[in-house]
Amino acid sequence: MAGSTRRDLLAATALFTAFAGNALGRTVSKALPWQPNEAYPAARVQPGPWLYLTVAEATTIDAIVDRLIPPDDLGAGGKDAGCTVFIDRQLAGPFGGHDWLYMQGPFPADPLPSQGLQSPLTPRQQYRLGLAALGVYCQANFAGRQFAGLTVDEQDKLLAGLEKGEVKLTGFDGRMLFGAIYANTMEGYFADPIYGGNAGMVGWKLVGFPGTRYDYRDVIANPNKAYTLPPVGLAGRPAWGQPT
Amino acid sequence: MTRRLPSKNVVIIGLGWTGSIMALELAKTGLDVVAIERGPWRDTAADFNIGTTPDELRYGIRLEMFLRPKQESITMRNNPTQTALPIRRWGSFLPGNGVGGAGMHWNGQTWRFLPDDFRIRSHMTERYGAAILPADNHIQDWPVSYEELEPHYDRFEYIAGISGKAGNLKGRIQPGGNPFEGARAREYPTPPMQQGYAQDLFAKAATEKGMHPFPRPSANLSAAYTNPYGCSMAPCTYCGFCERFGCANYSKASPQTCVLPALLQEPTFEARTNCEVTKVNLSPDGKTAISVTYVDLQGEEWEQPADLVLICAFGLFNVRLMLLSGIGKPYDPNHDEGVVGRNYAYQTGSGSTGFFENAQFNTFAAAGSLGVAADDYNSDNFDHGPHGFVGGASITSAHTNARPIGYRPVPPGTPNWGSKWKRAVHDSAGRFTSVGAQGSVMSYRNNYLDLDPTYKDPLGRPLMRMTFDYQDNERKMANWMADRCDEVARAMGAKNTQVNRLVGPWSVVPYQTTHNTGGAVMGNDPKTSALNRYLQSWDVSNVFVMGASAFPQNAGYNPTGTVGALTYWALDAILGKYLKSPGPLVQA
Repeated sequence: MAGSTRRDLLAATALFTAFAGNALGRTVSKALPWQPNEAYPAARVQPGPWLYLTVAEATTIDAIVDRLIPPDDLGAGGKDAGCTVFIDRQLAGPFGGHDWLYMQGPFPADPLPSQGLQSPLTPRQQYRLGLAALGVYCQANFAGRQFAGLTVDEQDKLLAGLEKGEVKLTGFDGRMLFGAIYANTMEGYFADPIYGGNAGMVGWKLVGFPGTRYDYRDVIANPNKAYTLPPVGLAGRPAWGQPT
Repeated sequence: MTRRLPSKNVVIIGLGWTGSIMALELAKTGLDVVAIERGPWRDTAADFNIGTTPDELRYGIRLEMFLRPKQESITMRNNPTQTALPIRRWGSFLPGNGVGGAGMHWNGQTWRFLPDDFRIRSHMTERYGAAILPADNHIQDWPVSYEELEPHYDRFEYIAGISGKAGNLKGRIQPGGNPFEGARAREYPTPPMQQGYAQDLFAKAATEKGMHPFPRPSANLSAAYTNPYGCSMAPCTYCGFCERFGCANYSKASPQTCVLPALLQEPTFEARTNCEVTKVNLSPDGKTAISVTYVDLQGEEWEQPADLVLICAFGLFNVRLMLLSGIGKPYDPNHDEGVVGRNYAYQTGSGSTGFFENAQFNTFAAAGSLGVAADDYNSDNFDHGPHGFVGGASITSAHTNARPIGYRPVPPGTPNWGSKWKRAVHDSAGRFTSVGAQGSVMSYRNNYLDLDPTYKDPLGRPLMRMTFDYQDNERKMANWMADRCDEVARAMGAKNTQVNRLVGPWSVVPYQTTHNTGGAVMGNDPKTSALNRYLQSWDVSNVFVMGASAFPQNAGYNPTGTVGALTYWALDAILGKYLKSPGPLVQA
């Protein structure tokens, strides 16, 4: 994320300032290298056009995230919580390219389940190819209607089929597509709102998570009592005049 | 082109707990010490800032503080007949990176192993006969006893400020502590943490079942504390962001809070970060290390000569560096020969999650080491005769966090998504709590580490290959413990429970534990150990190797307390013996 990139750059810059004529690498000696006000905040998601998704892809994801987490009396669904925005911004960043993962081949066709992720496809490729294959499937099986145009029962049945591997898409593993969207939807719904999802901290309110308050000594001191303070995020909360 | 730097007395590879303690104690004697760390410098104010650190997505899910698999991963298979493939995304365990290492991102549970653990092979054979030992086991007695390590455990606990209650002071059992523990010379430096409602229920239920619960020893401090190095810590606030995170409160013991402020005052110490040691270079006869080679961020290669080389990386990477450098004979399971990579072990996890009707556990009010444990079923604290397995587990009611991306349990039978899931996750919130069993893993002929024949790191060096699976002995033990946990969870008042058993092959996907041990074990016989009892390489006497890689097999406890004790034990040998007369401290 942006913070670490900045720190890497700082480290790289230090090579040229602190080490003239000596080994390249950050040298620390005689004092802690701490600087006042030095911190590495995560970049906050900004509203605006899609950074990676196409409009058609975003329409499909809006429909999917609202079935995974439907809107109801417990709070907003995935769409209004911002899960699609979250997914788009994550796909546009280092996560979307698996930038930090080990992506050298070979990639054998028959890994053991215990060996975990063994696909060469990045999340960006998984979404692009998987949603295209889902579009082809819907076109063929629902008389030309796309996923967002299906009834909620049809949507739920199709999603359950993808999850279980019972619905076969042409040229793409439906379970991989479901798994990617499911994981990212839950991340978006429960991550700090600065990443574009969890609007109004709806996910945190659903599970009673107070967010970033960081001090619960009073809770420990008063066992078996309901916690009543509203959640707080890295950017504050609405009552503090902060958009969340 | 490699450039050669002026020689140092001591080069330390990796600046975590073991590296920083060694660096401080050796620099205090006036030696020129350089620590070379492949990750970045990290400090509390900048990197664990309270305005940025409670961020589950960034640190808990995307794993910003950890080693990136792109830089180095490990290949994995369950047995030698399979083809290992790289762990492309960390899951089962999470190797750290940067200054502080695992001591920065840990939960802080700081145990001593039990006296029996150090002579488990002899003990089990004496009590039950050799037939109780599992097939193809490599179980070995440690070359040190609990009594020898006791002062060093004590020293580490006082550096870290550990919060706990003694159960055995000089042989006298103490109320409120662990009656099974080995005798300790004095109390913990700080009192135990305050426990939550779930832990109170557990303590009551476990006591009714004849168990002996006690607050587990914690590196999240219950009170302000200044350690013998003059470093000060503040009380834990139960924020629920320990493991995978740095602590913004200076409350979790780490190299940052406990060692580095003192270390940086030593004028003969220097740290080089973002520099990865690629090899320890040996003399032509292979008996002496002469230097280390490292690569900086720019890809420039440097050679740092030194008289003494301390390998202080995470255990797994200690083993890989030894294999890449030719320090010790690589282990070969076909002939059951060689020592480097031998006896890799891990830990079992099993237990029961209880769902309650009327309770407010406030699970988010948590700390990495908050918890009440019972050791009645650990090590050989109970009769193994009827069970047919070796080893045991610490049974615990703990709340380390309730961060909602990663941890939001729902009762068994709940769908994974949709309206019913949403209702269930809402209704369960704050009403679930787990009883867990963290168990030992013995060592076996076919659980080992070597170099992978196919996959390489970005510098072209082979990745290490891990061949590991749980064996019948561990499955039996862990599943028996799961039933014990479930009994306690039900006795606590759970309406229904989800029992978590050890089934199927070990998988890299779900997080389990970062208690990877062995691969460069200590012992009295150079045919079955890479290191002698002082953690000195049998083959290259000016190389010492710190860390859990030295464990002959793993016990039912978190490793850091023992890693810290072994570090001070080895330090005493280096200061008291080696530096006066460099050479092998034990004759092979």
